[in-house]
Amino acid sequence: MTEISESALPPASANPLGRLKLSKVSTGLWYALPMGLLLISGFLAPLVMVLLYSFMPRGTFSPFGTPTLENYVDIVVQNFYISFGWSLFLALISTLILLVVSYPLAVAIKRAAPKRALILTVLIIAPLFVAENIRLHGWVLFLDKAGVLDGGVKALTGFEIGSLVNSVPVIIFGLVYIYLPFMLFPMILGLSNIPTDVKEAASDMGASRWQMFRDIELPLAAPGILIGGLLCFVIALGAFSESKFLGQGVIVTIAQDIESAFTFGQNWPRGSALSVLVILLAGVAVWMAMRRLDLEKMLGRSQ
Amino acid sequence: MASEPILQLKMIDKFFGDVAAVERVTLDIAEGEFFTIVGPSGSGKTTLIRLLVGMDKPSRGDILLRGKRINDVPANLRPTCMVFQSLALFPHMSVGENVEYPLKCRNLPKAERRKRAEECLCLAHLPTSYFDRPVNKCSGGERQRVALARALAFDPEILFFDEPLSALDYKLKKLLEKELKDIQRETGKTFIYITHSLEEAMVMSDRIGVMNDGRMVQVGSPRDIYRQPNSRFVSEFMGEVNVLQVTSKEGKLYCPPLDVSFASPPGASPRDGTLVIRPEDMRFVNGAEPSNGVVSGQIFNEYLLGSRVQYQVRSGDLTFLVERLRDAGQPDKDAKLSFSPEDSMLFAE
Repeated sequence: MTEISESALPPASANPLGRLKLSKVSTGLWYALPMGLLLISGFLAPLVMVLLYSFMPRGTFSPFGTPTLENYVDIVVQNFYISFGWSLFLALISTLILLVVSYPLAVAIKRAAPKRALILTVLIIAPLFVAENIRLHGWVLFLDKAGVLDGGVKALTGFEIGSLVNSVPVIIFGLVYIYLPFMLFPMILGLSNIPTDVKEAASDMGASRWQMFRDIELPLAAPGILIGGLLCFVIALGAFSESKFLGQGVIVTIAQDIESAFTFGQNWPRGSALSVLVILLAGVAVWMAMRRLDLEKMLGRSQ
Repeated sequence: MASEPILQLKMIDKFFGDVAAVERVTLDIAEGEFFTIVGPSGSGKTTLIRLLVGMDKPSRGDILLRGKRINDVPANLRPTCMVFQSLALFPHMSVGENVEYPLKCRNLPKAERRKRAEECLCLAHLPTSYFDRPVNKCSGGERQRVALARALAFDPEILFFDEPLSALDYKLKKLLEKELKDIQRETGKTFIYITHSLEEAMVMSDRIGVMNDGRMVQVGSPRDIYRQPNSRFVSEFMGEVNVLQVTSKEGKLYCPPLDVSFASPPGASPRDGTLVIRPEDMRFVNGAEPSNGVVSGQIFNEYLLGSRVQYQVRSGDLTFLVERLRDAGQPDKDAKLSFSPEDSMLFAE
C-alpha cells in the first residue's frame, strides 16, 4: 500500500515538501524540548503519582496497590468537605474584593505619568521581595492583642481593641493583601488594550462615564481582568499561610488538611485524594475562564 | 450664508507648554456648509478639530455653537460628532452595535434603535445584512462606511472628519469622497473636514481654510484659493508651481539668472519678490509670437499625468514645469516658454 502511493507520487515534488514540513516540526520541537522535559519530570510525573496514590488504600506507601475509592468516600464521611467549602469561599470572596480594589488602582496607574506610574509599580512590587510568611507575621504583630495597634491605641486612649487576629475577616484581609499584585498587573495589561481613540469616540458619541465603563472599558479590558481573577482564585484556593498565621486555627483550609495528611497523618493516599479534588476545582475554573478568552486576540495577532 | 453661522471661532489659541499649536484662529461656519481645513502635517489642524469636538479646551478665545459658548462643554454633551482618522470603531461590537451605540447612549428603545441604525447603514451604502457582522471582519472601505454610519446615527449638528480617507487606496478614496459630498447634500448637515490633501479638499468642499503653523492663512472657495492664493505658501500648497525670484527693474520684473523681464500681474505694482506660475499656465511659444518675457530651455523629462502631460524644461540652473493636454502634440526639444501676466502671481516673500 505504502509502496504504491510512494511510487505514484512524483518524487521531485514530494521530496522538498516533505523536508520542509519535517524541518518545521523539528525546529519547534527542539525549542520546546528543555521546557517539555522539565514539565514532564517536574509537573506531569508528580501529578500522575498523586493521582495513583489517591486510589490506594489508607496509609499505604506504594502507588501500585489495589485501587480503591475509600479516600474519596472519606472526604465526605470525615467532613473534609468543610475545609473545601472554606477554601472555596475564601478564594471567591478574596478574588471579588481584589477585583473591586484593584480596578480603580489599575486605572490610576494606567493614567499616571510614566515616571509616577513606575514609582507606584515599584512600591506595589517591593513587598514581594520579603517572604510571604514574614509579612504575614508582621501583620500578626500589628493586629494581635498587645500588638502595635492594640497597644498603641491603649497607650493613647486607654481603650482596648483586643486581638484582631484569629478571625475569618482577617484571613480574607491577608489573602487580599498578599495577592494584590497578581490581580493588579494583569488588569493594567487589560486596560492597556483599550485604545485611547476608542474611548474618545465613545465619549464623542455621548457615552456617560458609566456607559463608557460598562460598554467600552470593561469588555475591552476583560481578558486582563479575567486572567487576574483566575490567577488569584487558583492561588487563593490552595492558600495556606493566611489561615494558619492570621487565622490561627479559627478555620482549616483544604491546603492545611493536605499538609497534615502528608505530614502528621502519614496518610499519603488521603492527601493525594484531597489534592486531586483541588486540582480538579482549579482546572474547572481555568477551563471556564479560558473558554471566554481569545489568546490570539490578546497577543494582538488577529485583528 | 445670510443666516447666523452655526459655528463661530473667535481668536482661538491653543498652547502645549510654550508652543502654540493653534494661534488666533477666527472663523465662521455657515449651516449646511462643507468646510475643509487643509494644511501640511503639524499645521495644527488636528489640534483645532479636537478643540471643536470638545476633546481639548482652547487656551484662549471662544467657540460658539449657534451663538452659545461651548468652550467648557465636554465632548459627550456636545451635539457634534467626529469620524476619527483611525475610525475608532468599537472592536468588540458588531457593525450594527457600533452604529447603534450613539442611540444606545440616549436610551432609545431597541426597535427604534435598530430601525435608525439600518437607515444609517443604507445612507452609508452598506447592506443591512452587515448588521451582525463583527467589525474586524470588514474591509477598509466597509469600516469607513461603518464609522460614517455611526456618526450619522448620532444625528449631529455638525459632523467632523479627521482625515478618515487617508489610509485608503486611490480608487476607493475617490469613490468615498464623492459619496461623502452626496451624503452631505442629501442630509443638509454641516460637515467640517480636515485633510492634508488638496485634491480631497477641492472635490468636496464649499469652502476651504488653509492652515500653516497654527494659523488660518486663507479662507475661501476652492476656486478662489486655487486662482487667487494670498501667499506664496498657499500657492505652493495648492499644487506644483514654478517659482521665480524677481526684482523690480524699469517697471518690470527682472529675473537675474534668466536675464529676462516679465510684466507684473495686472493690479500688482512691480516690486522685489517671487513670481509664481502654475504649470498649466506655462505655454510653449515660437519666437514670432508677441508675448511676455520668453524663456528658452531644453525639455529633459516628460511625465504622463492621465489626460495631461507634464514637461520638465531646464533653462540654465532653473527647472520649469509645463503642463498641457496630452493630444496637444510633441513640443520641440529646444523649447521657448512664456505665460500671460494675468496667470502669474506676485508675492512679497
